[in-house]
Order: sequence, then structure tokens, then C-alpha cells
Amino acid sequence: MSSGVPAPVTVPIGTAEDKLLSRRRRLPVRAPIVVGAVLVTFVVIVALAAPLIAPYAPNQQDLLHTLEPPLSPSHLLGTDQLGRDELSRVVWAARVDLLIAFGVTIVTFSFGTLVGVVAGTFGGIVDAILMRIVDVFFAFPLVVLVLAIVAILGNGLIYLLIAMWAVTWVSYARIVRAEVMIVKHQDYVPAARALGYSRWRIMSRHIIPNAIAPAIVYGTIDAVNNVSIGASLGFLGLGVQDPTAEWGKMISDSQAFIRTAWWLPVMPGIAIVIFGLGLSIIGDGLADRLRDKSDA
Amino acid sequence: MSDSAPPETLLEVRDLRVAFTGRARTVYAVNGVDFTLAAGETLGIVGESGCGKSTMLRTLVGLYEPKTTVCTGSIRYSGTELLGVNESSMRRVRGAEISMIFQDPMSYLNPVLKISEQIGETLQRHTSLNRRERRGRTIELLRLVGISAPEHRLKQYPHELSGGMRQRVIIAIALACEPRILLADEPTTALDVSIQDQILRLLADLRRRLGMSMVIVSHDLGVIAQTCDRVMVMYGGELVELAPVRQLVRTPHHPYTAGLLRSLPGSVPSRYLHAISGMPPRLHSRPRVCSFRARCELATEACESWETSLLEVEPGHAVRCLNHDRVRIDD
Repeated sequence: MSSGVPAPVTVPIGTAEDKLLSRRRRLPVRAPIVVGAVLVTFVVIVALAAPLIAPYAPNQQDLLHTLEPPLSPSHLLGTDQLGRDELSRVVWAARVDLLIAFGVTIVTFSFGTLVGVVAGTFGGIVDAILMRIVDVFFAFPLVVLVLAIVAILGNGLIYLLIAMWAVTWVSYARIVRAEVMIVKHQDYVPAARALGYSRWRIMSRHIIPNAIAPAIVYGTIDAVNNVSIGASLGFLGLGVQDPTAEWGKMISDSQAFIRTAWWLPVMPGIAIVIFGLGLSIIGDGLADRLRDKSDA
Repeated sequence: MSDSAPPETLLEVRDLRVAFTGRARTVYAVNGVDFTLAAGETLGIVGESGCGKSTMLRTLVGLYEPKTTVCTGSIRYSGTELLGVNESSMRRVRGAEISMIFQDPMSYLNPVLKISEQIGETLQRHTSLNRRERRGRTIELLRLVGISAPEHRLKQYPHELSGGMRQRVIIAIALACEPRILLADEPTTALDVSIQDQILRLLADLRRRLGMSMVIVSHDLGVIAQTCDRVMVMYGGELVELAPVRQLVRTPHHPYTAGLLRSLPGSVPSRYLHAISGMPPRLHSRPRVCSFRARCELATEACESWETSLLEVEPGHAVRCLNHDRVRIDD
């Protein structure tokens, strides 16, 4: 005390200030992702709560009130040529379109990733065979190939799903394979081997988590694509069949009435835009964040 | 450490040869290296880039590509042969009996796993501790390697730590299962000098406290002199000199070792840094005669035909040179 030597300053870790700092240090969730998530969540809730939201059954006809414009007394978004409530149809169609978007994307993401990991990890002849198969799929225009398969299998939602499963996994396989090829030469892979980890553990804990990010970003964009492919096929009269409501098919069915009933194509169109925009924004935000992380 | 019987031999390497077969030609990376490692001993391996140091170290734990690498000789770890055993029994040795730490702490940690997960994974692999015990052990390990506020660090990712801190985490991972041998492949090359010193002190301290043996590879003689009991000098994939560290530094008997010592800044009074002229040999054929003779100031006619072998100049001091008695550091 008297010697004049100042007491050592100790900085405790775990103070309130420190907690604040460590919270700050986490990457902030960027606004775009929140906006996208809100849009997508909105569509998902609408789809799940369809029976509660829709004022009418989606296929209930009312031939005395056909082609009523939006904001008419009992039909908020108007009615179509058969007097079916447009709001109810758009809401119920969300279920079908979400099924197409997520049902296709989840399956193709998983299968494509598996193929990509196997090809990238084993290399050599396995890689060559798998990637040539992928090349064959890439050689055809995607939508034409889906069309051809649906044409062979027949119309119906399940055939549409099968056709899209069969065709769109190839992109994931290519993306993941390329990424695995890079990651498996990172230094932490031999380090994991030096610690006595098994091949399977290295693959599942060290390679896949580091290789999967681009595929996730692609997945969000692919889900949008899948909706538009589903809608396009619906528009062409393939896939979903009458009287089931599906956004693309609703637009297609309204063609004859566009001049007199603009709301028929516009309402499902808006639904597609909301959902697609939401997913795109999420994908974009994720891509940004992943880029930031790799820069750090 | 002990004053009675010589300590037990942990690792015995005999006539180790490693060659990489390429499409065009074969590279002979390690050419007949012999050495032993006693329990508790620290062995240093020095040599310039491409002399086979790291290759040899990796071969000790079987980290090579079996399709393109040919390894012959013998690596015995406390009596059992390691070379050529199957992958699954090798995996039981790696990490648990013989651990390894690497050069660049920036890239040897998996960026997507938290510190707790990276250390816990090794414990999960090699021990039967449950989750809670693993957490306790992880904190203990972080404290052991001198990381402050370990509970706080557990939740962090590698990118949140500094280079020295990451190297400490890597050391903690390597020590998780109390290995008997720690292989360190240039553990301080990527760190700045003050951190380098801290890490070397830490390694020396840990070795003493845990009674491990260590093999440290470096191209920095200062690092070796600070930490090792014995030193092995490699050149062109061959062991050219092996001696206790003091003996090697004071009285080297291989002209290459002398050249390395002379090229340390301040070792000889001169305005310029000493350099060994010439280039290291290309390893496209197995050396029969001395591979250093082209760069050697002492080379004689006899060197051209001498089929090299290790000569014991003093007990425990072996050298691969005909003219070993003419070698001086200062001339």
C-alpha cells in the first residue's frame, strides 16, 4: 500500500458489460431475413389455418353469383366463373403449392446432398459414374424433362412430385460435390484423422457441416423455382387436376375471363409473389451471411 | 529425470522409408531413418523445407494416402508394430496414445464447431465419460493449457479466438486423452515470436507435468534448442546427424548442421547472414552416396563413392559424414 505500487487491475469476465459485448459480437440477424421469414411464415400459417380462414369451401359453387368483383358484400376477393369464392380458393391452394415447394425441395435436397457427398468423398470411379449421370440430367431442359415424365406417368399431384424429384436433385449433387472436394482438403480433416476419428464421423461432423451451406442457399431459391414449375405445369393442365385449387392452375383457368374479371389471375398471382419473394429474400440474406462468415 | 536404469523405449523407428508414387515419377521423401524415443524424452527434428520432416511425422501415425504412398521399415510403439496395421486399430492409437498438433492453428480447427464440441469429441471418441464428465474434463484441459475463463470459452467458435489461443485449444484437444507421445509439427511457425515463446514454455511445462514424450519438428534451431533433449537433423529425406542438443549445437559433426548453425543470426561475427549455397536435392531417386556433397565445402573425392552410413563419433552422437572430424562452426 505504502510503497506506491498500484494494485493490479483485474478485469472480471462474465460481468454485465461483458455479456452485452458477447451478445453484440454475434452476427446480427439482418433485416432482410426477418422480412423474408415473415412473408413465408405468413403463407405457411395461411395454409395450415385454411379451414379457419376460408369463408367458403374452395369448391363450393354458387352459379347465381359468378364473376363478382372483389369487395362485394359476401366475397372479399370476388368469385370465379362458377361462383367459387376466390379468397377461399387462394387460401386452400396454399396447401398444394407449399406441398410442391417443400415436398420437392426437401427430398431433392437430401438425395442430391447424399449423392454429392458420396461422389466428393470417394472420388475416383464412384465420382465419375455419379457425375456422368448428373450430366445426363443437365443435358435436358429441366421443365421439358419434367413435362415428359408427367406425360408418361399421367396427370396428378403425385406424378408431378415424382417427376420433379427425379429431375431436380442433380443441382444439389453438383453443388455439394464441389464443396466437399474443397472441404476435404482443409487442414482440419487430417487433424481429425490424427485424433483417431472414424471416416463416418469425419464425414458427418467435419465435412458435411462445412460443405452444406451453398446447398442450403440454393435450396431456398430452388423452392421458389419449384413453385413456379408447379404453377407452370398447372397452367399447362398437367399436374394438379380439377377441381383442386392451385395457384398456377387458377391463373390458367382464368385466361378466358381476363378482360372481364382481372382479379381471377391477379389474386393467385399475388400469392405466388408473396411466397416466392419471401423465399428469395431469405436465400439472399443467408448467402450474405455465409459470405460474411467466410470473410471473418 | 531418472538416475538409475535408462528409461523405457516408447517408440522405435527402424529403416523407415516413405515414397510417393506419382504418374510421372516417384518421390523418395524419407530414406531409411532410424531413431528411438524414450519415455519422457523430447526429440527435435530439424531440416529445411522438403527434407521429409513432416512426412515422417505423419507416417508415424499412419496419416498418408495408402494408394500413392509406399512405406517400408518398422515403427514400433511400446513393442507393437504400427506400420501396416489396419485403419481401425491405428485409429485407437491416434489421439489416445499418440497425439499430434499442427503448424497453422488458423486452419486446423473446424470452423463450425464450438470449442467445447471440438474437445468433447475427442473425449467421446476415446473415453467412456458421460456428457457432464466430458464438460468437466474440457474445462480442466483448457485451464491446463492456460486459457483464462474456460467456462466462457466453451461456447465460442474458433474465429472468436486469437492465434495463440487457438494453438492452446489444439494442444488441449491433443492432450485430452493423456497421450504418451505428442507429435508437434512446427507448432509455433504460424505464431508471432512472443506467443511462440509462451507456447514452447507451455509445451515444455506440460511434458514435465504429464510425463509425456514429445517429437517436435521445426526448421528453427532456436525452438529446438529451447525444448529438446536430443536433436535429429534431416537432409534430403535422410538422417544426417543425431545427438544430444548441447553436443549438437557446440560440436556439430555434419557440415550441413554446421551450416545451419552458422546461418543463425549473430552466430558468427559478420555483417551478412551466412547461407548454405546451392539448392536442396530433388528427391527423384534414392540417394546412395552423400546427397549434401554438391553443396558441401568439405567434400572430397572419396565422398563421390562413399555409400553413406551413420558413424558413431561419440556415444549417442551419430553422423552421416566421412569428414566429420573436419567440421567446425567457426572458421
